[in-house]
Amino acid sequence: MKIPFNINSRIKELEVKPNETLLSALRNNGYTEVKCGCSEGECGACLVLMDEKPVNSCQVLAMSVRDKKVKTVKGIGTLYLPHQIQKAFVKAGADQCGFCSPGMIIASYSILKETENKPTKEDITRGLDGNLCRCTGYVKILEAVENAAKTSLTEETKAPEAVCTNM
Amino acid sequence: MYKYVNKPVEKIDGLALVTGEEKYTDDFIYKDMLHVAILHSGYAHAKIEEIDDTEALKMPGVVEVLSYKNINRILYTTAGQGYPEPSPYDTCLFNDVMRFVGDNILAVAAETKEIAEKALSKIKVKFTVLEPLLNFEDAETSEVIIHNGDNSHAMIPVYYDPSQNLAAKVEASVGDFEGAYMDSPKKLDCTFYTSYASHCAIEPHAAVTFLDRRGRLIICSTTQVPFHVRRIVSAVCEIPIAKIRVIKPRIGGGFGGKQEVLLEPVAALVTWRTKRPAKLTYSRKEVFRSTRTRHQYRTTFKAGYSEDGSINALHLDALENSGAYGSHALTVLSNAGSKTLPLLNKIQNLKFTGKGVYTNLPTGGAYRGYGATEAYFGLGQIIDMICEETKTDIIEFYKKWTIKPGETSPIFQALGEGKAGVAMTIGSSSLEECISLGLKESGWYEKRKLYGKDSPLNQGRFRRGIGMSVMMQGSAIPEIDMASAYMKMNDDGSFNLLVGATDLGTGSDTVLSQIASEVLDTPVEQIIVNSSDTDHTPFDTGAYASSTTYLSGQAVKKCAEEIKRQILKTGAAMLHLGEESVEVKNSSVTSKDGLSGVSFEEICRYSFYEKDQFQIQATASHVSPKSPPPFAAHFAEIEVDTLTGIIKVLNYAAAVDCGVPINTTLAEGQAEGAIVNGLAYAIFEDFYFSEKGKLLNDTFGKYGFMTASDIPPIKVILVKSFEETGPFGAKSISEININGALPSLANAFYNATGKRLLRAPFTPEKVLWALEN
Repeated sequence: MKIPFNINSRIKELEVKPNETLLSALRNNGYTEVKCGCSEGECGACLVLMDEKPVNSCQVLAMSVRDKKVKTVKGIGTLYLPHQIQKAFVKAGADQCGFCSPGMIIASYSILKETENKPTKEDITRGLDGNLCRCTGYVKILEAVENAAKTSLTEETKAPEAVCTNM
Repeated sequence: MYKYVNKPVEKIDGLALVTGEEKYTDDFIYKDMLHVAILHSGYAHAKIEEIDDTEALKMPGVVEVLSYKNINRILYTTAGQGYPEPSPYDTCLFNDVMRFVGDNILAVAAETKEIAEKALSKIKVKFTVLEPLLNFEDAETSEVIIHNGDNSHAMIPVYYDPSQNLAAKVEASVGDFEGAYMDSPKKLDCTFYTSYASHCAIEPHAAVTFLDRRGRLIICSTTQVPFHVRRIVSAVCEIPIAKIRVIKPRIGGGFGGKQEVLLEPVAALVTWRTKRPAKLTYSRKEVFRSTRTRHQYRTTFKAGYSEDGSINALHLDALENSGAYGSHALTVLSNAGSKTLPLLNKIQNLKFTGKGVYTNLPTGGAYRGYGATEAYFGLGQIIDMICEETKTDIIEFYKKWTIKPGETSPIFQALGEGKAGVAMTIGSSSLEECISLGLKESGWYEKRKLYGKDSPLNQGRFRRGIGMSVMMQGSAIPEIDMASAYMKMNDDGSFNLLVGATDLGTGSDTVLSQIASEVLDTPVEQIIVNSSDTDHTPFDTGAYASSTTYLSGQAVKKCAEEIKRQILKTGAAMLHLGEESVEVKNSSVTSKDGLSGVSFEEICRYSFYEKDQFQIQATASHVSPKSPPPFAAHFAEIEVDTLTGIIKVLNYAAAVDCGVPINTTLAEGQAEGAIVNGLAYAIFEDFYFSEKGKLLNDTFGKYGFMTASDIPPIKVILVKSFEETGPFGAKSISEININGALPSLANAFYNATGKRLLRAPFTPEKVLWALEN
């Protein structure tokens, strides 16, 4: 069935099956920027914002997004209008394989928002605690979030029309 | 000195990665795509008597069931290595004997993933359960023979005897170990154990296959070795190589775990038979249970030494648990010797013996460190033991006993990868400086004075210690692995660079464009990289053996140099000057007197449209005559809670010689990632099995995984040296730094408590056991 929902500030319909997780529904509907690393709520690769709160989309039923605002990493910033956090990740070299990055960016965005851009080191490590990364050893990710915090949190980035679709 | 290399250039795919634009294998979705699910064995050792798939095939939406009943059983190795592979041919895609919990029984292809998974539960399999062999130390004497009469065989002339459960056997000797050991006034004999481990790349293994408009099979997969995938799928699925194209999109980490050809042949067969696109993506549990692992090891070191700390004789005996199949069994074993013993090349009498044995446990494979990690655990500790015993300063020991530029070790020639190795003289090393900088960074001498088991600080519940170790690795497999590159010039002065090299997230696409940029003195943005597509890029053995920057980088350098020659020739003709009077500078060819010049854009337009028209293009291949080792010195400061057995790492410093780092940020990132992986492996990563051989901790949560809040302050210092045989002086960095945590932490533990940790990982139980014994 189709349910209306708000994704990345646009009104769209999500084709969902009963009992389907939000992660599965998002990916099946083409939002493949949301990654699946474990399906068990343990890796954070599928993290999205639901009404600005970070949730592992593999732990949420798709039906529950009706009338909710969902934001993926593309709702934070895009290739053509990247958010400062995304720029900071690239500058610091926090982007190795990039598979954890969409979730990491969502988590980082939430940390900066909750701490009004003044996170302590502990805020950052605690905020990223649910996101696993095997490539970086987290060193450059922590550096990137600290650097992003130094530049003020800009207004919500408006995503331009998505350009990259599935083949 | 350099303009584009040895710089912190941002990854060329960076923004696309962090904005979610890049596509990974599972992101490819096709209309009409079939979904494949695999039924895995729940028994560690069993013979399938009967498979009844009637009910499953009756289900609406089930299209195909693949098992040993309807495929040709072709023996192969899943190890993605060069041909002929040094790993034995002992595996079938689907077979009637199950050799570990997680082995493949059959595959179902259906219209949806849910139907495919439901169909698995409708399949009835009748087994005769066999006695499993679950302890690798019993393998040689066990009556259970794992590859019994199944025609398993080696492809190269190496020792291989499945009738004794031997997947591999290696021996090498220098001097007279026995004699020198007997004559030594002091002797040491110590055994160490290292555990299984999962690579834990966050992206699970996946393969997507479809036929193109001409009926060719396209395989998109999470692979480190696209060209090996093409060759192996061709052999296993009996499809000509000409009909196969393998594409590696972005991949979410490899670490060796994706140097295996596991999923591709299954999806390929489904597509080849049904003519429909197919997708097979493993769940995390399947990745843990059914893909490859780090081999479990027992290493025994015997050393004969003198009162002054001189080592006269050293024997490393390694027993490797290869698991159910012999993937990388021989080469990981060889590397346990060849990447460790040459470090101490002053030892005159050396012996290496090793066996890889089959068991009914998960199969080992390539894993960052590749045998060296397992052997350094013991080697790093016995050096510390000898130094403690003889009151030798371990820093001075390493400075004196380690291999230096201009020196060699007979082990290089004695231990190869399935054949004799390659003699090699060390050309570059900044190891002494690494040791000096590392001890300064870690506050080594001050802390050594402060800590120690007798220190007044270390009499309570919490005890602190500091330990260090030194290590080397290699860069590529000499005289075996080949990389190649192709470049052409475009009419705006940009270049297409096509490489078979495989970027696993390491940033090799960026590193290789920096190398081309440096040769051509043109910005990185002007180099358009296309990599890892067997139709469109030239051959490369793939991303393993710490080879990409060193080997593929040198192929790119040679290729760009040929392009430069053509550009200079064309530019000189345009300027009516001799080639000796012009040079390449800032994306143009200018006269050396600086009076005239033509831009790359003008040169390419001229070569396309004006006179003696031709395409400026070149290709180059590279095979390395040697495998220059990177070196590193690691220093760990820890705190042991003697009540709970918890080890906390307080500080970790690593000084690393990777030659000239092409990309300083990415090189640091490689080191940091490897260090944290090494720390997690040292402190808690392990596989726990049921009595029947079933893996119990098959989720991230149960397995344990270091998170951002678990990591200590880590300091990586890159200490340059210049490797003549590498591109702009570069050597490798990807693997070496996973080798330091085990011995450095264990030595720090000794410093804190006076006890040795001989079994890894250092879980609270093992720590408490060590404290009490």
